[in-house]
Amino acid sequence: MDLRRDVFQAIADPTRRAIITLLAAHAMTPGAIAEHFDSSRQTISRHIQILTECELLKQEQNGREIYYHLNPQKMKTIADFIEPFRNMWDDRFNKLESIMQKYKTKK
Amino acid sequence: MERKTKVHAEEGRQDLIITREFDLSVALLFRAYTEAGIVEQWMGTKVLKLENSQHGGYAFETRDPQGNILFKAHGTIHDVVRDQKIVRTFEMDNAGFDAQLEFLEFEPLTAGTSRLTMQIIYRSTAHREQQLKLPFAYGINMAHDRLQEVVTALK
Repeated sequence: MDLRRDVFQAIADPTRRAIITLLAAHAMTPGAIAEHFDSSRQTISRHIQILTECELLKQEQNGREIYYHLNPQKMKTIADFIEPFRNMWDDRFNKLESIMQKYKTKK
Repeated sequence: MERKTKVHAEEGRQDLIITREFDLSVALLFRAYTEAGIVEQWMGTKVLKLENSQHGGYAFETRDPQGNILFKAHGTIHDVVRDQKIVRTFEMDNAGFDAQLEFLEFEPLTAGTSRLTMQIIYRSTAHREQQLKLPFAYGINMAHDRLQEVVTALK
């Protein structure tokens, strides 16, 4: 499927974004990644596969284990990063607003 | 009312400006920045320290269920004027990004609405680009809402 090669399509999925977020901290084995989710290991493998196909992730063999890490070059090629950056702040501020609105009515 | 968060990053500069209007009084908006329990909720991170006063500081930390640190950041408070402004630094630990300087201005619009203007100054234009282009590395919080759901489901 062509869509799978589309980086934006890849990062549009919340689980895949969560995987990227996890890997931003350090490289991980597929097993360790799957432990962070309650979806089946198979589902997580498929997400990892899609991210690998569009080169956002790279595999690295370390002994018997395969580790996945982010491919920084590919991350850089994503043209407009201001939108995700803006989204990040928008999410935070939406949350802030709803928390404080509840806070106000509690008083 | 314009509800959307705006990010203004002019080409060739080393700062950026984030603005947002809230359906909250300026006092409530300011409070969301000064009470640790509230900051934890909307930033989605544990607040280890939050001393909002001149020469004060703060430290945030997020761990996964196994206890591994996913995100750690700290900063120093330079200046605080209640319901008006906070001037502070921010640095994410072990991320290879340098400290940034943040000017947060809180303004009342009406009795029940307010505006936040946040100016973030980076060390160089390259540092700013790095931050803009790698929001994943910068803010573990971006996907944190979902991550939080996932983590909570595991407990």
